[in-house]
Amino acid sequence: MDFVEQIGKIVIDSLAYLGALAALIVRSAFCVFIGPFQKRPIRWRRVINQAAEVGVRALPILSLITFFIGLIFALQFANELRKLGAMNQVATGVAVAISRELGPLITAILVIGRSGSAFAAEIGTMRVTEEIDALEVMAIEPVEFLVVPKFVAMMIMMPCLTLWANTMGILGGGLFGVTGAGFTWGRYIRSSLDALSLHDITTGLLKSVMFGVTITAVGCYEGLATGGGAEEIGRSTTRAVVMSIFLVILVDLIFTAIFFASNQ
Amino acid sequence: MAENEKESAQPEGPMISVRDLRVKYGDREILHGISFDVTHGETLVILGGSGSGKSTLLRTLVGLEKPSAGQIWMKGEDIAAISHKGLNEIRKKLGMSFQGGALFGSMTVGENVALPLHEHTNLEDSTIDIVVRLKLNQVGLLGFEDYMPSELSGGMLKRAAVARAMAMDPEILFFDEPSAGLDPIIAAGIDHLILQVKKAFNMTIIVVTHELASAFLIADQMLLVDKGNIVAHGTPDFMRTSDQPRVRQFLDRVAEPEVAQELDYLQMLTGGTSSTGKLPGRRRGV
Repeated sequence: MDFVEQIGKIVIDSLAYLGALAALIVRSAFCVFIGPFQKRPIRWRRVINQAAEVGVRALPILSLITFFIGLIFALQFANELRKLGAMNQVATGVAVAISRELGPLITAILVIGRSGSAFAAEIGTMRVTEEIDALEVMAIEPVEFLVVPKFVAMMIMMPCLTLWANTMGILGGGLFGVTGAGFTWGRYIRSSLDALSLHDITTGLLKSVMFGVTITAVGCYEGLATGGGAEEIGRSTTRAVVMSIFLVILVDLIFTAIFFASNQ
Repeated sequence: MAENEKESAQPEGPMISVRDLRVKYGDREILHGISFDVTHGETLVILGGSGSGKSTLLRTLVGLEKPSAGQIWMKGEDIAAISHKGLNEIRKKLGMSFQGGALFGSMTVGENVALPLHEHTNLEDSTIDIVVRLKLNQVGLLGFEDYMPSELSGGMLKRAAVARAMAMDPEILFFDEPSAGLDPIIAAGIDHLILQVKKAFNMTIIVVTHELASAFLIADQMLLVDKGNIVAHGTPDFMRTSDQPRVRQFLDRVAEPEVAQELDYLQMLTGGTSSTGKLPGRRRGV
């Protein structure tokens, strides 16, 4: 009975958590899409600052990681292709795998590490130092002021970062293609582009937007739910990272299953 | 009927009227039916020890905590029963200086002071710059507009927080522990600033503190809160001469009764009874 009770409690807690995330997403969406018509404009200056932080400053490390992932994937893939005598398919394999799955997922995990944790730490610190209370007393809605610019920035930057990650991943694969599989750079890139359909790219980008929404919601919710003390900030940040990774993979699974079913 | 009308309107005269205010955290009641008035231009100092409920009272007055019962009349509205939008309209007429300053670390001092003006007014940026310099000048921080809060000392942080609290020319100014964590000289400077603000703008000021010297210097009225109840309310002179035991204990800085014997203390911690069969303790030499 205890076991059943525990399972029940976990299910209820999980649903409550998802409900709280959904409420934050709906409230933010309301501020983004309805707010401007009610004389509550989006704070574009804050959006631009966030976009620079989330997107532009992530480019160097994202480029490096996805270039290496593309190269690693090409090396692994080439092992099997060599056995089949189909080394010329390495560009196709890398391009499809990166665009459909690895690009969006690696980008999401990097953004969780850089920005999801930062959102939780920033808002959690503001909670502990009474800055959120100060916003409320100044009649400034914390969600509108803090969360909405992050949502907008992430929804703009995640697809951009994903496209960039796809490009760098393909170039990483290209390094092997040129040095180890007899391609020229021109032929490798042409083969990659030929292998990709618009559907491959759009599904990846759609997933990246959903990842962005998930990461922002979890990071901001954990920050807002921070209790008192520095220890709590650390706990919120850890929870934000762990929950974001889990939920991003869950969202990935759901969307991949939907795309798979729609292709049947 | 007449009684109902009387209950549903703010009493004439006071700037703030609190009636039978109760606040709960979960099942635990923190404030047990508090009532008091603050008149226009008056400085009320709320005194109380740690855990007495004075900070909860302050947070409830600015709408950060929702009362479980009672009324808080401010500007003709009962903020305990008002809508969120209505509360925000009233908040635009309030200013609050938090204990740690609560300045936004990612913004400069000038941007912190300008924030409420950007959010709630249609003033040009150049006009807002002038207002910011004016407010910073009033708290003695002119020239610090471009400093980050992390570059300021504790006293300067509190001054900057006062400048931000005054940015919208509030009618009521709240201070949470203005002298806490400051050395006596800097704390005296903050007291002087509060007196200066009161004199210059005839503002209604509510200060929560446990610093007695500061309290007696700035207060027109004092209110001692203990275990969620008001134990004394009056002028500084009234408090000085009060023979109410709790007031005397607080003002004379008398420690709480201490546990008599280590064994009793251990038994109390472990839930056992004391050797005398009563709650262990004795009055400390006073």
